[in-house]
Amino acid sequence: MENLDNLKSEVLKNIQASADLKGLDEIRVSILGKKGQLTEMMKGLGALPLEEKIAMGKGLNIVKSEIEQALEAQKKILEEKALNEKLANETIDVTLPVRPETQGRIHPISKIYEEVAAIFGEMGFDVADGPDIEDQFHNFNALNMPNNHPARQMQDTFYINDNPEKPFDMDTAYVIRTQTSGVQIRTMEKQQPPIRIIALGRTYRSDYDATHTPMFHQVEGLIIDKNITMAHLKGCLNNFMKAFFELDDLPMRYRPSYFPFTEPSAELDIGCKVTKTELKIGAGTDWMEILGCGMVHPSVLRAGGIDPDEYQGFAFGMGLDRIAMLKYGIPDLRLFFESDVRWLKHYGFTPLDISSMTGGLSDNGGLAR
Amino acid sequence: MKFTLSWLKEHLETTASLNEIDDTLNRIGLEVEEIYNPASKLDGFITARIDSVENHPDSDHLHLLTVNDGSQKYQVVCGAPNVKVGLVGIFAPEGTLIPLYNEKLTRAKIRGVESCGMMCAEDELGIGQDHNGIIELPNDTPLGLPAAQILNIDPIIEVSITPNRAECLGVRGIARDLAAAGLGKLKPLNIVKTEAKFTNPIKISVECPENCPVYTGRYIRGVNNHAETPKWMKDRLSAIGLHSISPLVDITNYINFDLARPLHVFDADKLKGGITVRMAKAGEKFVALNEKEYELPDYALGICDDEGVQCLGGIMGGLEKGCNENTVNVLLECASFKPMCIAKTGRHLQIDSDSRYRYERWVDPKSNVSGSDYATALILSICGGEASDLTIVGSEDIAPQIAYLRPERLETLIGMPVSAEKSMEILQNLGFTVSLENGKIKAVSPSWRGDIEGEHDLVEEVVRMVGIDKVPSILPPCSTFPKQILTPVQHNVATIKHELATRNMYETVTWSFTDSEIAKFFRKGNDAILLQNPIAKELNEMRPSILPNLLLAVKNNVARGYANVALFEVGPEFTGRNPGEQHISASGVRAGQTAKKEWTASARNYDVFDAKADALAVIAAAKGPYENPQITTDAPNYYHPGRSGTIRLGKNVLAYFGEIHPSILKALDIKTRVMAFEVNVDNIPLPRQSNGKTRKKLELSAFQPVDKDLAFVVNKDVNAASVIAAAKNADRNHITDVRIFDVYEGDNLPTGKKSIAISLTFQPVEQTFTDKDIENLMNKVIVEVGKKTGGELRKE
Repeated sequence: MENLDNLKSEVLKNIQASADLKGLDEIRVSILGKKGQLTEMMKGLGALPLEEKIAMGKGLNIVKSEIEQALEAQKKILEEKALNEKLANETIDVTLPVRPETQGRIHPISKIYEEVAAIFGEMGFDVADGPDIEDQFHNFNALNMPNNHPARQMQDTFYINDNPEKPFDMDTAYVIRTQTSGVQIRTMEKQQPPIRIIALGRTYRSDYDATHTPMFHQVEGLIIDKNITMAHLKGCLNNFMKAFFELDDLPMRYRPSYFPFTEPSAELDIGCKVTKTELKIGAGTDWMEILGCGMVHPSVLRAGGIDPDEYQGFAFGMGLDRIAMLKYGIPDLRLFFESDVRWLKHYGFTPLDISSMTGGLSDNGGLAR
Repeated sequence: MKFTLSWLKEHLETTASLNEIDDTLNRIGLEVEEIYNPASKLDGFITARIDSVENHPDSDHLHLLTVNDGSQKYQVVCGAPNVKVGLVGIFAPEGTLIPLYNEKLTRAKIRGVESCGMMCAEDELGIGQDHNGIIELPNDTPLGLPAAQILNIDPIIEVSITPNRAECLGVRGIARDLAAAGLGKLKPLNIVKTEAKFTNPIKISVECPENCPVYTGRYIRGVNNHAETPKWMKDRLSAIGLHSISPLVDITNYINFDLARPLHVFDADKLKGGITVRMAKAGEKFVALNEKEYELPDYALGICDDEGVQCLGGIMGGLEKGCNENTVNVLLECASFKPMCIAKTGRHLQIDSDSRYRYERWVDPKSNVSGSDYATALILSICGGEASDLTIVGSEDIAPQIAYLRPERLETLIGMPVSAEKSMEILQNLGFTVSLENGKIKAVSPSWRGDIEGEHDLVEEVVRMVGIDKVPSILPPCSTFPKQILTPVQHNVATIKHELATRNMYETVTWSFTDSEIAKFFRKGNDAILLQNPIAKELNEMRPSILPNLLLAVKNNVARGYANVALFEVGPEFTGRNPGEQHISASGVRAGQTAKKEWTASARNYDVFDAKADALAVIAAAKGPYENPQITTDAPNYYHPGRSGTIRLGKNVLAYFGEIHPSILKALDIKTRVMAFEVNVDNIPLPRQSNGKTRKKLELSAFQPVDKDLAFVVNKDVNAASVIAAAKNADRNHITDVRIFDVYEGDNLPTGKKSIAISLTFQPVEQTFTDKDIENLMNKVIVEVGKKTGGELRKE
């Protein structure tokens, strides 16, 4: 029994001293293996007298169990140590930058298109389209601008020969639309009232300086029904402006104006504050012209096949580029069309920035990366 | 339209401040563009007296002045001819900002003598044109006062006049509108009838009264065109940007802007025979005042003598028979011309003039006699001479325009009730003759208004005078619930843009025009759609493809130092010149690398498969046939012939993709390879309308799929898609996916051959596969691929 105690204490000491799993296993084999010391001692039990056998067997089993526990405990320690060493070897510098990702951009024009559609959609408008190359009937005549009308000169029109076989004839030539208003006529030709549409798209005038580009974008709106009044025009546009600029306190003023296709006509100014370095929309001392509007001229209704004695309505039009510049503080119109990746990255919108009136009109796509 | 405050007050009796005038003009529809008040630039200028004048020791025209501002004396060198002791003028001490030069005055030595300030002329202060001498104020003017306080400063107001308000192209029209808006009283226009001293010796006949209803002429003899135009008139003309030329020209210009009344003055001594107003003969030549020769169309109105057209009626006088400083006898023309005739001629000949601008809008047809009288009086008072009687051809007795207004129309059209009395009062103040007829307001237009056609015009007059700000604001009634408002195509376009942006591309918007020199490579069969009047020669064609503009964008960005470019645009391409011959294209380009050099070395060159993936992503975004695209190798020849493809649905081309042909890049001077795609969004079939959004039921297999690999040796010209298609076809029920994992050409293969290795996914349906099942499937694939592509199983 004394031998057993010695063996136990020596083995336990060796187990605790073992530095790796391999050494530990060697200890296990030397004690508990087929030819291990303890195994041998167990085998020797058979030769002993019964009482001694019982006492010795009990002792051996206790020692075996203690050694097994010690082995198990040490194994855990050594495994953990080995894992820690392995992990330590796998350490990498996590301050290294991530793999490069380029986040794309949506152009401000597309973003504004979505914002405008989201707002007018809530007011029951549909979105209508029309062609960029137009005949003069839809671009001018039907809009109460007959040939030689002075208002035609307000618009520097681009012309396209309607028949390349023949010499250019200004009276029959096509134009590239100077305004989206032609869509009004095309809609009326297809549909009787009630009509409630917006039309957004490219428009063209022969003008190029800091505030004019030969191509720009407009949104046009039209409501035709039986009892639509100028008060509804104001209600529609006042609410649009506040929603679009996301300002509850936005001063607005309507000035009488003239458009051949509306009467009475007006221009809407919104309040702003102009300093040397920036222009801020909202309450301030200055006014900024933002759109033209009015009650649809009876001649225009007639040209669209609608009886002006039965129906009436309002129309409005504004520059998408312009309202984009004003809302987001984009300084130079010309750069909208320059495809400069620095500009697109800075003024463009993140791919997930999707506009809705209930979910939010802007700032939906997280931070731009 | 510009005018000065004092000019306005010539017609309007008012105590209103400049701000009130500004607000009112805007409120009644005369939009104020700018108000320039020179007083705002006169900080620092003060009144001062010249105490002594000596000659400059080193100059025979400069003087040394001692200038006294009441508290201090300054030594000033001055070159003005009118300096004298005791003169009180305007002094600018050093540091004052001089408006004319927009520079601060500094102390300077002038020919060796120090000058500490400046005595000023009008032009230097920006308050006039006079530079003949320094300003002279009354001798008893207190010294040291701010100049703005003592000078008679006339602010300049610029308004933008809409085409319907032609009468406001004269200051009097504006004054009348302001008076009607309650800002004062319109002063009566005092027109003095000049006594006729003789009979007009020039015979006048009008052959085309339909275009010239009234023509008046008056002979004035013995005028002195060397006379000086009075200062008040010069100042007003100069304030609106017109130079003084000669009194006769100045007077006609002045009346044009004062009363919106164009006039013309012939040098009567140069006229041969009488005046005939007639339509020009087609091709007839005319040299205008601007010294250009025009070939007239037969609808142009000629004011002619025996030698031909001497004035293009209502548009521009002729060079030959106009006045100059030696003119002594004149014929003064004051006439009515029809707007359409003037507009058409002016537009055709592209002549812009103040006269045309007025005639093509509206010139008061009853102002011929009065206009002539007004001008005659001014000419006689400034240039002297004697006037003949007035020859009048035609009659000013023109039927006025009449319109009716139902008083309730204010409420039903505007949503703002206005009483009949109020409406009538407003119209009356604007010059209409009003009466009530069967409950309607009958409004007879004043002759200066040519724009009142019907009820809506009268409504507008009432509304603008009441003020649109008084109209209530009410949301248009809407009985429907908000719904999706984008059409399926518009919706697809929006999705495509966001899809491409998530694929790390930047959206751009480029002109619908492009350069013919580049576009010629990209036209697909149709003619060039050229603009008749392009704004620049590089923007002369409606683009047949978006790619030329995108390629230029690549070039420009690379030139700016940004070599890695991924851009797309969704917009129109034009296939014909008729309205509607256009489609929406989603096009993009990628050039350079996916990223700049960095530590994971993930950056790689963009290649054809990026462009192909973009095109397929666009098709998927538009819910098109993305999964089994039919790819052919017949892309247009602006693509690399061996690195491009067409995605199609039978004959219907959905997209092209590929590397841009090197010769195109060379023509554009682009030194990097460019990948491109173009998807014709309009060609992607829209999904059939279905009710509801229910998805197909998901069938989950209880059995594990098995992946197996096979490699085939095929001829080089066999394309990968046919191998995939054949493999899939071998057993459509059980083969759910086929992937190519290796393509190899080289040493271990016979020439003309390549190896394509595919990985197949077999999906059990009824029960788990046995080894035999899998073997059978593999054999089916081997047989089918062999049959369709001639491919043989590759033996290692």
